[in-house]
Amino acid sequence: MNSVTRPESPVITDRYALRMEAVYKRYGDFTALTEVDLTVEKGERIVICGPSGSGKSTLIRCINHIEKHDDGLIFVNGIELQHDARSIDRVRRETGMVFQSFNLFPHMTILENCVLAPMSAHGLSRKDAELRAHALLERVHIADQAGKFPAQLSGGQQQRVAIARALCMQPKVMLFDEPTSALDPEMVKEVLETMKALVGDGMTMICVTHEMGFAREVADRVVFMDKGRIIEQAPPEQFFTAPQSERARHFLDQIIH
Amino acid sequence: MRYFDPAAFVDYLFNYFLLGGVRVTIGLALAGVVGGLILGMIIALMRMSPNLLLYGFARFYIWFFRGTPLLIQLVVIYTGLPQLGIKLGVTGSALVGLILHEASYLAEIIRSGFMSVPQGQREAAWALSVPRRTIFWRVMLPQAFRLMIPPFGNSVNSLLKATSLASVISVEEIMRRSDMLMQENFQILEVYAAAAVYYLLLVSIWDLVQQRLEHHFGRSLDRNAKSTPAKRR
Repeated sequence: MNSVTRPESPVITDRYALRMEAVYKRYGDFTALTEVDLTVEKGERIVICGPSGSGKSTLIRCINHIEKHDDGLIFVNGIELQHDARSIDRVRRETGMVFQSFNLFPHMTILENCVLAPMSAHGLSRKDAELRAHALLERVHIADQAGKFPAQLSGGQQQRVAIARALCMQPKVMLFDEPTSALDPEMVKEVLETMKALVGDGMTMICVTHEMGFAREVADRVVFMDKGRIIEQAPPEQFFTAPQSERARHFLDQIIH
Repeated sequence: MRYFDPAAFVDYLFNYFLLGGVRVTIGLALAGVVGGLILGMIIALMRMSPNLLLYGFARFYIWFFRGTPLLIQLVVIYTGLPQLGIKLGVTGSALVGLILHEASYLAEIIRSGFMSVPQGQREAAWALSVPRRTIFWRVMLPQAFRLMIPPFGNSVNSLLKATSLASVISVEEIMRRSDMLMQENFQILEVYAAAAVYYLLLVSIWDLVQQRLEHHFGRSLDRNAKSTPAKRR
């Protein structure tokens, strides 16, 4: 294995929103990520796909240290992600994350969900945090539900709130971990539309999803994973029409009818 | 020929002396709950700590106080500790015994509450860079507390009745005063029936309180809950 050298010049790393070099993640004897190299430029939209158990979620969860990587280097906007609280916090302030199961705080109203982090982590006053929250809830077309509790909303609405909540922290990189997988089919569209609206703002997005239509339409690049490795990366047009690897061809055969 | 004297039973029910014992029982139970919650929370946090020393102490504490009868704990604290120069007196011994005992149970209930909060809640808070303290107080504790209420209610119910053991170290709560009244006329059934009614009453009041707590902390999960109007500025 090549030894990885630390970057000498910050100018080079700053070009990238994300740089992963030879990242490994192990659970006991099981290796979930094997020598993952991935660079994402600022403003780029990446869709990560692959069969279940291929390490997609693990990869995206390592980026903001929800999972701790065992080996290799991760830089987010030039900040090296190490295992100390300070560097973890710095990286998390650059990133926002949307989860498959929404993970809204069920005991708080929609508005409280959105102001908790800006008030406690950014030190915003309640008034400023609520202003920011209302603006973002407006953007995901859900401002009229601000006083409700998550359980009173549909899955699609909850996921849009989760997106607004993440945006309230003004992240530079958005991480989506199968954002539509837990939704009823008729609610998938509203969430994908919300995500597409972010694309217009030049937000860097890394998205694990099975929505191949979304990948075709929005992604700059599709990253295909299998068994913890990145097998293939290509623009969507090329990936869907002429996949290079046998495994990607097999995967596409399975999901596209 | 003895029989059950309803009039005597009613007399005992409104007996001023026995009512005094009810007040003491309530006091013991309240102190046990409040003290037990505070100490139990500390023990639970130690039990969940990565620090092996704290963890080990909490494990030992819970093992010991849940593993020995409250009756023995009370007797040892009241009559055994003075041998070591620690004199707590009647009330002091009862309070210390009940709190130490209750804390061991509540610690496990509190821990189970925290463990039952889905991992995704922590992860969402981490991803949002919410500070650790805020995660504990605003995200984890309210959700853990809601999950804790049913087993907590059970434990308080037990505690209410367990206070009667303090009678053996001569705390004049319901049981002790019932014994004293019984010695006067030997109307065993009448006296203890009245005492039992008081315990039933106290437990029933607690049931109502518990229902209110469950309702209050569960309201956000009610799909039809009335929403608070969103403030706009």
